[in-house]
Amino acid sequence: MQLTNRAKKLEKKPMTLAERAYLPAIFQGLSITMRHFFMKKATIRYPEETRPFSPVFRGLHVLKRDEQGRERCTACGLCAVACPAEAITMVAGERKKGEEGLYREEKYAISYEVNMLRCIFCGLCEEACPKAAVYLQPDKMAPPRFERDEFVYGKDRLVEPVSPDQRSVRGIQLTPEQADALRNKLAAQPA
Amino acid sequence: MIELPALGWQSIVIFVVFAVSLLIATYCTYAERVIAAFLQDRVGPDRAGPYGLAQPLADAVKMFTKEEFFPGGANKALFVFGPCLAMITALMSSAVIPFGNNLTFGNNAFFLQGIEVNIGMLWIFGVVSLGVYGVMIGGWASNNKFSLLGAVRAASQNISYELAMGMALIAVLMMSGTLSLREITLQQSVAGEWHFWNIVKQPLGFIIFCVCAFAETNRTPFDLPECETELVGGYHTEYSSMKLGLYLFAEYVNIFVVSAVMSVLYFGGFNFPFQYELRDWFVNSQGWELTSAQNLITILGTLGLFAKIFGFIFFFMWIRWTLPRFRYDQLMRLGWTILIPLAVINILITGGLILFGVIQ
Repeated sequence: MQLTNRAKKLEKKPMTLAERAYLPAIFQGLSITMRHFFMKKATIRYPEETRPFSPVFRGLHVLKRDEQGRERCTACGLCAVACPAEAITMVAGERKKGEEGLYREEKYAISYEVNMLRCIFCGLCEEACPKAAVYLQPDKMAPPRFERDEFVYGKDRLVEPVSPDQRSVRGIQLTPEQADALRNKLAAQPA
Repeated sequence: MIELPALGWQSIVIFVVFAVSLLIATYCTYAERVIAAFLQDRVGPDRAGPYGLAQPLADAVKMFTKEEFFPGGANKALFVFGPCLAMITALMSSAVIPFGNNLTFGNNAFFLQGIEVNIGMLWIFGVVSLGVYGVMIGGWASNNKFSLLGAVRAASQNISYELAMGMALIAVLMMSGTLSLREITLQQSVAGEWHFWNIVKQPLGFIIFCVCAFAETNRTPFDLPECETELVGGYHTEYSSMKLGLYLFAEYVNIFVVSAVMSVLYFGGFNFPFQYELRDWFVNSQGWELTSAQNLITILGTLGLFAKIFGFIFFFMWIRWTLPRFRYDQLMRLGWTILIPLAVINILITGGLILFGVIQ
């Protein structure tokens, strides 16, 4: 019975003298390995060299600040709901008077933790976030650690630095002028 | 007048040869890994020291600090004696190899050779045959089926291939008329005459010798005594620590020695092309003394011999990472039904050519 028409008919011919002498085949093999000797090596010497990341790579999380340096996160919990691995936990708090420069909304996250051992880096939190606060950086991975609790990243390691030039390239990164232009454009649109 | 070399000088040479063969064996482990890596598009060990050159040191420290393990029911004395014998025989055979011509200082001529004996080739064959005892004793004393199988394989393989190797050699000896390796080397390049290295006169003999050398040193494609896929580790399955290190070392020393023998027998030993022209140029155009020019040629010749040896060692490793292992019946068939008849034919051809004066 024939299942496919891809079957190849094998012929068992007696070997020629060159094949039986074995030496030509050896030299053929030697030439192949010698070609590989001079080929470009596939190895990446890791600590010195790193593999280039894909532009759509999803790495370590970052909690973005807005253009005025305020934390965007409002602790709505949508990311935690969206997370299939249940890696995100947060505690919400109310913004006090005088903290307007720190937090964008009246409600903010007192603590925000991502367990990198649970996280599957799917990016659903990024999609769920209505405030464009959480992003997965394209150029940074969660580095290896010795202890498990070191993989639970708190706000100290997630929120991006205050100075704009050190911020992550991923996510909204608008100058005040660009933000104003965007706001005017949105206001001009009919509801 | 050239005097016989003093005994003190010989002991220095032997010590240097001993150190050099150990050093080369050490760096063979590194070279093996780097060459294997390069042939497989990798880079190999490059962490320890510049280009990973301190890697053999790290390996040695690892070997020395491993646990000394004696398997239950093993014959302890023989278990220790096995790797020692393997190492001793491997090192002994390098004593008669002429690593260079003679250096002349004043009235004293110093040979760059451990011992100059007129049975040099016989000595190497005798000592190399002893080498299989190291493997055999180690495998037997381990009280392990795999070790014993490896040892039995090693013994039968070495016996089978020594025959073909010896007969390939006979063709060379028929031309040279001497067993002294120094004489064989000198005959391959005589001043004022157009001489070829033996490889030109003995291509078939060289191929047979080379194949047998692979079998004698238990290298791929003939590494059946220690094949991991079939026998765990073969004769050194039960060995650990530096006793294992000695076995692995002995293999590399053997490769070094057999490379040196092949260079001497077939590739002109310490001769290199245009050496006499170079010497005459130094004497006539540069105004050097004949002895100092000769000494320079000797040193260059030693370097040339080592270049040939390194070339062969590279070839050994290149083959290892190219060819798969033979099956045992294939190994035996190749040895007994192909190589030995070929060697006999080679002897006949050589004899005929000598008779009709084509080669001498």
